[in-house]
Amino acid sequence: MKRRNFLKACLIGGTTIALGKTNKGYASGSFEGYPEAMGVLVDTTRCIGCRSCEAACNKEQKLPEPDTSFDDPSVFEHDRRPTAKAYTVVNRYQKEQPSGPVYRKVQCNHCNEPACLTSCFVNAYTKTQEGAVIYNSKVCVGCRNCMIACPFNAPGYDYDSATNPVVKKCILCYDTRLKYGRPPACVEICPQEALTFGHRADLIKLAHERIRATPDRYVDHVYGEKEVGGTSWLYLAPVGFDKLGFDTTLSNDPIISNVKDFLGMVPMVLSIWPALFSGIHLLCKNQEHGEHGHDTDSNQEDTKP
Amino acid sequence: MSSYKHLIVAALSIGAISVSSPAALQCAPVPDSITLNPNGKLFSPFTFNHSKHIQSIKECADCHHHTTGTLVLDPNCVRCHQNSSPTAVVSCKGCHSATPFSPETLAAKRADKQRYHLDKMGLKGAMHQNCIGCHTKVGNGPTGCQDCHPRTKEGAAFYSTNRKGAKPAHAEEE
Repeated sequence: MKRRNFLKACLIGGTTIALGKTNKGYASGSFEGYPEAMGVLVDTTRCIGCRSCEAACNKEQKLPEPDTSFDDPSVFEHDRRPTAKAYTVVNRYQKEQPSGPVYRKVQCNHCNEPACLTSCFVNAYTKTQEGAVIYNSKVCVGCRNCMIACPFNAPGYDYDSATNPVVKKCILCYDTRLKYGRPPACVEICPQEALTFGHRADLIKLAHERIRATPDRYVDHVYGEKEVGGTSWLYLAPVGFDKLGFDTTLSNDPIISNVKDFLGMVPMVLSIWPALFSGIHLLCKNQEHGEHGHDTDSNQEDTKP
Repeated sequence: MSSYKHLIVAALSIGAISVSSPAALQCAPVPDSITLNPNGKLFSPFTFNHSKHIQSIKECADCHHHTTGTLVLDPNCVRCHQNSSPTAVVSCKGCHSATPFSPETLAAKRADKQRYHLDKMGLKGAMHQNCIGCHTKVGNGPTGCQDCHPRTKEGAAFYSTNRKGAKPAHAEEE
């Protein structure tokens, strides 16, 4: 009877802990970003493809000289993605349309709940209160999980050094500007003010207001408001986002919710299961022993006379 | 009849301005040319031919919104500015901040809860959008960066112009 109670208690205790973990996991899924987080609203209807943002980023982040000059339009012939040598690139879409080409700036979108941060097992990434997702190269082991995890293909890897692994991506000019409340270099240089810097919460209102005021100019969607749990970079577009190379298949849940339940189980499995199952094993073994011993005893007793 | 009334209102308001501050009328002369980008580092300063634009556009409100006191054409602006009198300052920089995203500007914007024009563009954005927008629409004005303001030496280095013609990385891969 005592054993049965012990087993019951173990089961109930284990289940409670497991459930508790899961609930906690779900609760953090409603995180909507830091209230004072900054962001950038990209209005693709304003961009003229001058690539000044690329040049400004290159100089601000002290990146190597580009392969070709920043006023060379030939780069638009191919879709580019951010690399370790260019944290931001401008791509051209809708070239054949009579309404003219649409340019789209690509860089790290600085998610509210970054997948890179989730995937990193050495905690090299930090989401700062200012909204930037920054990276600590000192602890990075170069596994490149973040590059696989990122839904926007933002991180680039510096393959030049085998001994010092460095992932490179846009950090929203955190060290040199954002920390002091100043806008990133790309925003400051943009001649068309296609990039608007401000509090993320304000930018969302601003974006919807632009759509309301000039509904013919935009499709009624702010990309990044909800995608993967929300991003600090937000986009407005004149045509469907799928036509501008955006991934429109992304869920509104942050990437972490795909693994949160599972990861919430890990501590429980690691801490409770060994104790629980060793307990059960020992009990069963004892029981077997006891019964066996008893049987032998009785057998012996039987054989004695 | 209503336009007649407006004229009276306008005349009265101009009279009021001239009585209260005679200087306001004195600073009214329209400049023939304006030096834009005066402190440009990457692009050099250049002269904007104001009189030529007045001749070809004729409508002050196209660039100056409601500030010059002429008829406001934008249906959205008319809702408030139909009877707006001319303002003391009509230059672009008078309303459009040169530092629209500085911590100070953003803080002032957040503090002012009554503010209507929350999405007011900065000076650089307003000018480029106005100029390039109109030049593209009308189709007979300069739209390239250096068509208006030539690059300085510093600007050439900034845009890595010496590398022009070098093959982009993706071209080498092919």
